[in-house]
Amino acid sequence: MNGFLQALLLQAGYNTALVTVGAAILGASAGAIGSFVLLRKRALVSDAISHATLPGLALAFIIMAGLSGDGRWLPGLMIGAGISAGLGLLVVDWLTARTRLAEDAAIGAVLSVFFGAGVVLMTVIQTLQTGRQAGLSGYLLGSTAGMLRSEAQIIAIAAAVTGLAIFLLRRPFTLVCFDAEYAAVRGINVRATDLAMMGLLMAVTVIGLKVAGLVLIVALTIIPPVAARFWTDRPGRMVVIAAMIGAVAAWLGAVVSSLDRGLPTGSLIVLFSFALFVVSMLLSPRRGLLAGIAHRLRFQGLVHERQGLIALARAEPIYDSQTLRRLKARGWIRPDGVATLKGRAAAAAAQRDEARWSLYRNLHPEAAAGSPSQGIRPLAEVLPPDLIADLDRRLGAGSDFHEVRI
Amino acid sequence: MKPMPELVAQDGRTLAADHPESPLAIAGMTVSYGDKPVLFSVDFVTPPGAMLAVIGPNGAGKSTLIKAALGIVPRVSGKVTVFGAPWRDARHRIAYVPQRASVDWDFPATVLDVVLMGQYREIGFLRFAGARHRSRAMECLERVGMQGFAHRQIGQLSGGQQQRVFLARALAQQADLYVMDEPFAGVDAATERAIIAVLKDLNAQGKTIICVHHDLATVQDYFSHVLILNLRKIADGPVSATFTPENLQSAYGGRLAVAQIDRIAVG
Amino acid sequence: MTNTFVQLSLTPILIGVLACCACALPGNFLVLRRQSLIGDAISHVALPGIVVAFLLTGTLAAGPMLIGAAGAAIVAVGLIELIRRLGNIEPGAAMGVVFTTLFAAGVLLLEQSDTSKVHLDVEHALYGNLESLIWLRGTSWAALTDPVALAALPPQLGRLALVLLAMVAFTVVFWKELVIGTFDAGFAASIGARPGPTGFGLVVMVAVAAVAAFDAVGSIIVIAMFICPPASARMMTDRIGPQIGWSLGFATLAAVLGYVLAGYGPLWLGGRNSVSAAGMIATVSGVVLGLAALWGPRRRGAHRLAA
Repeated sequence: MNGFLQALLLQAGYNTALVTVGAAILGASAGAIGSFVLLRKRALVSDAISHATLPGLALAFIIMAGLSGDGRWLPGLMIGAGISAGLGLLVVDWLTARTRLAEDAAIGAVLSVFFGAGVVLMTVIQTLQTGRQAGLSGYLLGSTAGMLRSEAQIIAIAAAVTGLAIFLLRRPFTLVCFDAEYAAVRGINVRATDLAMMGLLMAVTVIGLKVAGLVLIVALTIIPPVAARFWTDRPGRMVVIAAMIGAVAAWLGAVVSSLDRGLPTGSLIVLFSFALFVVSMLLSPRRGLLAGIAHRLRFQGLVHERQGLIALARAEPIYDSQTLRRLKARGWIRPDGVATLKGRAAAAAAQRDEARWSLYRNLHPEAAAGSPSQGIRPLAEVLPPDLIADLDRRLGAGSDFHEVRI
Repeated sequence: MKPMPELVAQDGRTLAADHPESPLAIAGMTVSYGDKPVLFSVDFVTPPGAMLAVIGPNGAGKSTLIKAALGIVPRVSGKVTVFGAPWRDARHRIAYVPQRASVDWDFPATVLDVVLMGQYREIGFLRFAGARHRSRAMECLERVGMQGFAHRQIGQLSGGQQQRVFLARALAQQADLYVMDEPFAGVDAATERAIIAVLKDLNAQGKTIICVHHDLATVQDYFSHVLILNLRKIADGPVSATFTPENLQSAYGGRLAVAQIDRIAVG
Repeated sequence: MTNTFVQLSLTPILIGVLACCACALPGNFLVLRRQSLIGDAISHVALPGIVVAFLLTGTLAAGPMLIGAAGAAIVAVGLIELIRRLGNIEPGAAMGVVFTTLFAAGVLLLEQSDTSKVHLDVEHALYGNLESLIWLRGTSWAALTDPVALAALPPQLGRLALVLLAMVAFTVVFWKELVIGTFDAGFAASIGARPGPTGFGLVVMVAVAAVAAFDAVGSIIVIAMFICPPASARMMTDRIGPQIGWSLGFATLAAVLGYVLAGYGPLWLGGRNSVSAAGMIATVSGVVLGLAALWGPRRRGAHRLAA
């Protein structure tokens, strides 16, 4: 436990601290760019990108091994991975634009074929005399154990630069995600913005390969944004929350992974992200599971009560057993189905409110359409009293809605 | 048939017993997408043999009404009967024509393949379409003037031709109630004439037709009955009595110019 | 005199062909339904399923492994659906959450448990080991009629043949439901063709194919075979029957050509060691897709022509 606290508070040695901070910056950048990609509805493009890095990684290794005898120079590997990921991205776009294939098939084809080609090259590396077995295996599942100080520095700095670029481009990204056509009218180059978004996604993927591994890096760009989605509907906040979730998960993942052997960094980061996701899904007061169930039941009850009251007011038959149950429970009808005094009063009120709603919808169709639960809740809960009084005046004192009053 | 318990009204009557003949009877139907009701407490009984237009402004819940009635989208509350029976027991008597834009026309199928889908029930489990089914499908294509396109891939058709194929598929179902979602949306004038001729022909044979419709100018020419919706039922009945400026004003509110209503009422 | 082709290459090639066809067949519907990545998700979650099965039973016997992987696939599909509905999240993102998490859990379990004595590792799960499925008793073509030698065939061969048979049976029996539900789910619901259960059945079949093929050839081929042959076949024809025929042909081509290139290609180039057959099969299927996308007669699709 002491070791955990030390590592958590960056007291477990300079290298571990550097790796932890680097991972956290990476997690934040991945969460942020992932939010935009999710809003653009292209979440799984990152899956294609990450798998497509493998052949570039392997080729870079082979070339560097041939030139210098050691293929493990991180910047060189990153360049190779970036080139082949970019190629994969181009192929996805080309297949989607120029053939009848939809994007999901294009993504699946690119990720499996590029990965397959990478696997072929990996078996070539294994047979090379110079290639040490340990050369690239860390890139599959991510490993921060034994990471060189220079590598940790490169990752931290590159992730920070990427994060800064995302911050600078947040406005065009938000506009394009919200409504690409509107953004184009506003003079934003949608193609260039999309390109920048995908470029940054690629950068985060390539930088994160060594930390999270190419099978799992995609999780860093998907899980934190999806979790953040539960807390807010506003893109700006979503990006910030996703970055925070990504940073916390990566921080914890890197810390725990440094404690012992057999604790792969990538897996831990993903599992911590998922834990935060589950917390968000269950507990978020806005869109969370528990809040949602309660809300749904309440809403359904409101609908049945309201519908039943209006049917009572109009003396129409009610066929729905759930409606009848709700009315009985409220004491609005007797067990034999006849309305009670209380029920008739409530029915008259509902009828009057129905007339108000109808008039309100007629006078202000846009405002009425925009109000939540329109026609289910009493209008008095939505509008201020003076407007209600105005509606009542327009409805007229002599209308039949008031005759039913008990 | 034994009354379904949940169809019993508070005084012991059932929706099915109240409207045994109606091709489509809806009682207290509410549908919402999440928190937003798109239809609230709609009661509607289709008269047998009607040629009915469902009209209302955009977002009034016209398509939702028929999708919820046919069990394609879930209802929050409400009951539906088809020819006096629960929908499940009578769905072979309904032919449903979805909006043209709701499917991927690049699907690898020919015109004939699509029309044969209409004979799903007759072909039966574990069997494939035979010569008899093919010749029926060809007859249906002939009725909509598409017999020459039977072996065309569906994506190579124009919008109007695609709509005719959907109508031919519905004809192949040999139903008693035809429910169509915007059959005239985005089709050419010739197709519109061809479709309405087929529908009037079906109607003359006693079939009931329900169309979600958005062109107010043709309501009086095409339909015998009208159901006006805007979240709630505004009005329903014969076109002559129901398609009035007052009802339209109350459904469309400020969105329909007064001059337009006058023209409709006069024309 | 030993016939090395029969002994070393015949069974891997046959197993590769069976696995590729078993995946390509349901893959046709996945591609048409825009659910291609379900195959991706399912083949990733086979790893945690297998690890859990190993931890529970302590063996690497085929039965528990397949059950574990199939169970994980069903859990994953259920979770994806749950998250998608509850969170109102696009299916791709829900898939991404679930399969990465389960895969990560599988890797962690694997690293934490003592599996050093048995051959179970992540790389095996990804690449498979097609080359090792040899037929030691198959010393000549005559062995094909020798019951003793036939009994020594790799068990994956029979298992995959059964799975392919199941795929064919499912496709034939539910042909109309699959086609109608894929083309027009609303209409299918209105005529009682049950698009919901049919879609679920398809996913279950995909899981079965993925798990059985995964055991023999690794997850990477599985994903490639769900998508590449059907996608290539889309470029060749406008009818679904012929499309399925083309996809099976392309799958067979990729399996045979990929295996041969992996085994002999390096020798032709002067190398001494063969390369990964699974990787090469996936690569060949990708090359086929590329050629079809460039020159296939129906590559553009109909509405793009009209537009």
